Amino acid sequence: MDERELVDALRSGDEDAFRELVREYQPSLVRVARMYVPTQVAAEEVAAETWLAVLNGLDRFEGRSSLKTWIFRILTNIAKTRAVRDGRTLPFSALQEPGRVPEAAVDADRFLDPEHPRWPGHWAVKPQPWPEDALLASETRSRLAEAIEALPATQRAVISLRDIEGWSSEEVRNALDLSETNQRVLLHRARSKVRAALEDYLK
Amino acid sequence: MNDQAVQLSCQELVELVTDYLEGALPEEERLRFEAHIGRCDGCNVYLEQLRQTVSMLGHLPQDALSAEAEQELLDAFRGWRAS
Repeated sequence: MDERELVDALRSGDEDAFRELVREYQPSLVRVARMYVPTQVAAEEVAAETWLAVLNGLDRFEGRSSLKTWIFRILTNIAKTRAVRDGRTLPFSALQEPGRVPEAAVDADRFLDPEHPRWPGHWAVKPQPWPEDALLASETRSRLAEAIEALPATQRAVISLRDIEGWSSEEVRNALDLSETNQRVLLHRARSKVRAALEDYLK
Repeated sequence: MNDQAVQLSCQELVELVTDYLEGALPEEERLRFEAHIGRCDGCNVYLEQLRQTVSMLGHLPQDALSAEAEQELLDAFRGWRAS
């Protein structure tokens, strides 16, 4: 079913079409909502409210953006409104200017001094190749999932959509209303931390 | 020209890995990046680990919707349809 047909099916009250859409997007909606609200329950409420707004707004959907982008825009509007209502500070700095707070991809103590006469900024402790079989172990995958959960909500949303769900950078930028640079900064920090967590576990 | 001035250090390189993988490095910087990777074991392993991390993330199961949550949303859909 292409997007046009899906929208027509929803308008005509086709439950299977709605179920398909909900299965595809609900987990991501909740994850993105968590960037704005403090609890899982609140994020689920924001997502539920989003679906109602989507259904009620279907007649206004003109296909100028993709359905996905449109749904996530509705979600972020609802989530921001709710965050304001709850007196919660929006993650503006984290979302819009992540580069303002420096964060190293790798701890500085892994490198030689930048003023080192011979090898400035060179590895002091080099990363070692990971054993292939360990990468396939279920315990490693649990560690990976834990590392994702431990990330700040904005980084977690970006890396989940990009690397777990396989969205393009453009889709993530549109859905989360991020600039190209900020999307990349958030992805960089998230991936760097997850790599470091795996290294810590596999060493 | 002082060679150190144009070469990336390892500490600088690790901050460029995402830009590199995203194809976002300007040509000149991409060449410096690749030249460094070509002669540095540590950074070569680092880049490979980043690629492995991304690849493993792609194989993690996506969050599934619980039957209960799905039912609640379907109920809301029926309510919307009936209104």
